[in-house]
Amino acid sequence: MTSPRRHFAGYLLLTFFLVAAFPKANALPAFARKYGLRCSACHESWPMLNYFGQKFKDNGYQLMNDRDAPIWQNPSYWPVTFRITPIWHRISTGRNAVDTYGAGGAISGTTEQRIESSGFDLSGLDFHTGGTLEKNFSFYVLPSSDPTATFHFETVMGRLDNLFGSSWLNVKFGKFELDNLLSEKRILTLTGNGGIYQTYHFMPVGDGNIFGQIGDNQLGVEYMGHSANDRTRISASLLSSSDGNIGLVTGANSYTGFFTGSQAFDAGKLGVERIGFYAMAGEAATYYRTSGGVPIPGAGVGNKGFERVGFVGQFYLGPHFDLQVVTQHGSDNVWFGQGYGSATNPSNGTTCPVSGPCGPNATPGTVLPATARAPSWNGATFEAHYVYSPQLIFIGRFELERMSQQATVSTPGAPVPGNLGNITSYTIGYRYNPFMTNRAGFAWHNEYNWMHQDGTGPVFGVENLNSSELLIGFDFDF
Amino acid sequence: MRKESINVSLLMSAVAVLALSLPARAQLTTLQQQEWLNSPAAVSHVGNITGNAKAGAADYRRYCVGCHGELGDGNGEVAPWLDPKPRDFQLAVFKCRSTPTGTLPTDEDLFDTIARGLDRSVMPPWNTFTKQERADLVAWIKHFSPRWQKEKAGDPIQIPPEPEVTPERIKAGEEVFGKVQCWKCHGVQGMANGPSASTLTDDLGRPILPYNFTEGSRPKCGETDRDIYKIFMTGVDGTPMPSFADNIKPDEAWDLVFYLRTLQPHNSVNAKERQIAKQLGLKPVSPQ
Repeated sequence: MTSPRRHFAGYLLLTFFLVAAFPKANALPAFARKYGLRCSACHESWPMLNYFGQKFKDNGYQLMNDRDAPIWQNPSYWPVTFRITPIWHRISTGRNAVDTYGAGGAISGTTEQRIESSGFDLSGLDFHTGGTLEKNFSFYVLPSSDPTATFHFETVMGRLDNLFGSSWLNVKFGKFELDNLLSEKRILTLTGNGGIYQTYHFMPVGDGNIFGQIGDNQLGVEYMGHSANDRTRISASLLSSSDGNIGLVTGANSYTGFFTGSQAFDAGKLGVERIGFYAMAGEAATYYRTSGGVPIPGAGVGNKGFERVGFVGQFYLGPHFDLQVVTQHGSDNVWFGQGYGSATNPSNGTTCPVSGPCGPNATPGTVLPATARAPSWNGATFEAHYVYSPQLIFIGRFELERMSQQATVSTPGAPVPGNLGNITSYTIGYRYNPFMTNRAGFAWHNEYNWMHQDGTGPVFGVENLNSSELLIGFDFDF
Repeated sequence: MRKESINVSLLMSAVAVLALSLPARAQLTTLQQQEWLNSPAAVSHVGNITGNAKAGAADYRRYCVGCHGELGDGNGEVAPWLDPKPRDFQLAVFKCRSTPTGTLPTDEDLFDTIARGLDRSVMPPWNTFTKQERADLVAWIKHFSPRWQKEKAGDPIQIPPEPEVTPERIKAGEEVFGKVQCWKCHGVQGMANGPSASTLTDDLGRPILPYNFTEGSRPKCGETDRDIYKIFMTGVDGTPMPSFADNIKPDEAWDLVFYLRTLQPHNSVNAKERQIAKQLGLKPVSPQ
């Protein structure tokens, strides 16, 4: 074979490989199957919504034409999607508390060591099902498992939309994601620290208030209103202060309010820009009544307050680049700062009614240390996307959480660094969808996260923690 | 033998008639499309916004291609499952226009259609786009058909100011409804059950239903009185709904708008018409 022929055969083979390996997007997808739209119509990159997808969601999973009722679906169609992520990842965590051994193999002490581990792994499994029950009546149910297939209900809600024919009157009821413009449930990253927004979950060191995490799905009722084109959005939610845990296991009567508002602007060739705010204000129990010394689930009293407020922005700089920003100012009551709130009994972790750290119980007569004070902090998340095409997106995120007031006054005898617990996190990655249809999603995912926290070394207490994770895997749903 | 020849002749004639009756599809070659896209003509003008065809390509591929297809021929990947079928941009025949029947729509007509969506189809209101994005999409859509290179958009029809609704006008509208035989398709009560309703097909021979005034869905080409006026003075091209511009006078057209409002269920804009109709004791028109 002559050289040009060899080259030609090589190109042919390469072309065949490329065509076979990266098929063109062309199929039928879930909501998309119902409506005939590609995933890319609603997703900037699956699962993150674009503006049109946000409007679809705000309308109760309806396009607002006369094809929204399920009567238009094929009767055999049941809108269920599962999602799972087989991965390989390498985790490096600094300053783990590790036992040291003396003569005879006895534990002689504890030191701090970096632990690095890698291997193949799985995420949990999600079963998404949602859609309209009738025009303007919709639902969403999401049983979700951990990697060992232990399930819980991540989302269960019914919603009524366009009450009295108005897009300003929509109500949802159940367990749902808060109306965060930058949705953590639709996050594009998957690592342990990069797969959540630190700003949505930040707690000062030793703080016992797990109820202010705006990234967790919550139980309650939400009013939501929006203009016809979704340029203006408002919402107000009344939530149980339970961090989404079912069974009334926390405070006897403790509630939280969450409020959002945003306005989008037509910025010509740049795109649609949106700015807004959110505010969470609530109370949660710090003292659980006991029976025989054991805390009674759901009997929490001694409600104390907390708040989270911030601004959000979605800034599009043309068709390919956008920057999303969330800021937060948070503060907790002084009791939370001393560890009360999340737990019922520090001596019996099994009775903790909620996940998270088990702290002390503020039983009657408990007195706060003289140096105790209400902790407060500021945080921000900056997430940028470069959307090369609906099938390929690059992600970069920078987060910083900075304490502005520690929960305990620093004294010469017990110094408390001003930066104790501060977090800095970087995440970069990309997702490539070799095909994109309205029935299935498949992404080749590659991501790296690095996170730094000040002064939280577990043994010596003053050293900084650094951890990182590299993740490669398939993220798919069907 | 002779019978077979006749059968073959009949078959060929039928094929020929069918072929002639279908709208002419004139597809641009890729090269021609590229030339068009590189020319200064590959733009749209909506108010003071100039849309650029190339800038609309990305949004078209993200949002539109699944139904309308890469080639704009209405044969996107989901088209086989859709009813009605997506618009074939290569034909450049559009339902919602402000221009006389048979002419191309204005850029603004397409611009408005994108944002409004089309009820009784899967085309949703794409009102999340910026105006610039919509104008870009309009320019992109136009590159699929050579009609835009050869023809100019029609001149928008003149719509006289809307008169006051009166009982006399509604009665007159009822007469127009009977005179131009709207009832043949739409039914005497506007329930889309006229004697011709079940036989209707669009220009491509696909079954199509007339609009049901009584079910409360939005008229396809807009909800205002002016939008309804336009529908029967421009026709809905590609469908059996003709233009009545040569049959009824502008004043009569307004009368018809007011009468049609009485057929609709109560909504935010027809309270007065329905009240008058009730006072008049309007009965369904008698087929004439």
